[in-house]
Amino acid sequence: MAEPVLISPPLTDEMVSGLRAGTRVLISGRVFTARDAAHKKMVALLEQGKELPIDLSNQIIYYVGPSPARPGRIIGACGPTTSGRMDSYTPQLLGRGLKGMIGKGFRSPDVIQALQEYRAVYFAAVGGAGALLSGCVRAAEVVAYPELGPEAIHELTVVNFPAIVVNDIYGGDLYREGCRQYAVNK
Amino acid sequence: MHNVHFNTVVEATSRLCREACFVLEPDVVAALRKAGEDEVSASGRDILAQLQENAAIAARDDIPVCQDTGIAVVFVDVGQDLRFTGGILEEAITAGVRDGYTRGFLRKSVVGDPLTRKNTGDNTPPVIHWRVVAGDRLKISVVPKGAGSENMSALKMLKPAEGLAGAKQFVLDTVSAAGPNPCPPLVVGVGIGGTMEKAALLAKEAILRPVGTPNPDPALAALENDLLAAVNGLGIGPMGLGGRVTALAVHVLTFATHIASLPVAVNLNCHAVRHKTVVL
Repeated sequence: MAEPVLISPPLTDEMVSGLRAGTRVLISGRVFTARDAAHKKMVALLEQGKELPIDLSNQIIYYVGPSPARPGRIIGACGPTTSGRMDSYTPQLLGRGLKGMIGKGFRSPDVIQALQEYRAVYFAAVGGAGALLSGCVRAAEVVAYPELGPEAIHELTVVNFPAIVVNDIYGGDLYREGCRQYAVNK
Repeated sequence: MHNVHFNTVVEATSRLCREACFVLEPDVVAALRKAGEDEVSASGRDILAQLQENAAIAARDDIPVCQDTGIAVVFVDVGQDLRFTGGILEEAITAGVRDGYTRGFLRKSVVGDPLTRKNTGDNTPPVIHWRVVAGDRLKISVVPKGAGSENMSALKMLKPAEGLAGAKQFVLDTVSAAGPNPCPPLVVGVGIGGTMEKAALLAKEAILRPVGTPNPDPALAALENDLLAAVNGLGIGPMGLGGRVTALAVHVLTFATHIASLPVAVNLNCHAVRHKTVVL
């Protein structure tokens, strides 16, 4: 396997153009957490013509609802949740400059198309590795929607957070390609 | 007569919830290790190594293996000669779940109503499956079930003419459609027969069997081997990124059914097969 590529948000068009399906990355810097409820609120604001509570330009959203932190710890387990639940909201956020998403599982054809249109990438992290991934988080702070508890938007500071590009700006799809490569009866 | 007190059940259930989320059972750890040896894809092996490291960190630090610490599914076998004291058994189990999820810093992932969707704040109520059995003991198994894999599970009422081939195809179709979403490598629970709800319950119970132990029925053991080979031939692999270990095991349970029915339920479980049992 090739060595992972080190990336840090903000993601530029140039950085994104080098990230192809199958590229392993280590992400360091700031990512925002959001899942179903936060997405619903953000898209409702956009539909009312209002501003988002966070600036998504060139940023990464991580689909995660961490378990509560024990006293003295930064965060609990924090692996990715299923991305498909956010599909219906995603194109509008891409329209606001979102450049990357981390999650797990299939994206819809609309999202895969929008990634090409808006030049953004979808990364998968290892689902169910929540304890391991918590070690990559150096700081966690609620920056919007505190009333949503584990679904609030947190700003996470991560160091060498491992992920892999699944859907790129060229239409590449690692889920489809990987499965085809290893299927016995094609 | 054997007495079991309310407080004993609360404490035991609480501990089962926490331990199930922090410590993978030895059968699951062994299955992940073997998967790492069997997997041909380099990225698949890398993921399986991360999952083993994750399990070790979780057990060492009392942190959940996965942040989705699930809705608590509880199987309770009540010995018919048992005497329960100090309150209502169902309330004791519910109180144990509340205590375990709060004290263990586990995620509260239950909404009280599926349509209005307000979080209950303490991960109750659990989903409890009761059985009355011979003897005077109380057996409690806690199975925290995450939504990623539960949401990709499926049930179909086949025509009897579709037979074994139809049942196998439905299992493969379900795993294939799920792809990366349920966090493979999976344990696939299959329930065949009974009625609609019986097949679903069989599929869930099938997940409880330790990974890697063969079905005691030789015909079903052979079916499980066939299905495991076919599922692993789909190429989905660890996390769906491509590979030959899509499932760690396929477990099948069957039950009598109506002359006109062939229900088949497929309950998918992620690689973090969490279950803990106590006998009181």
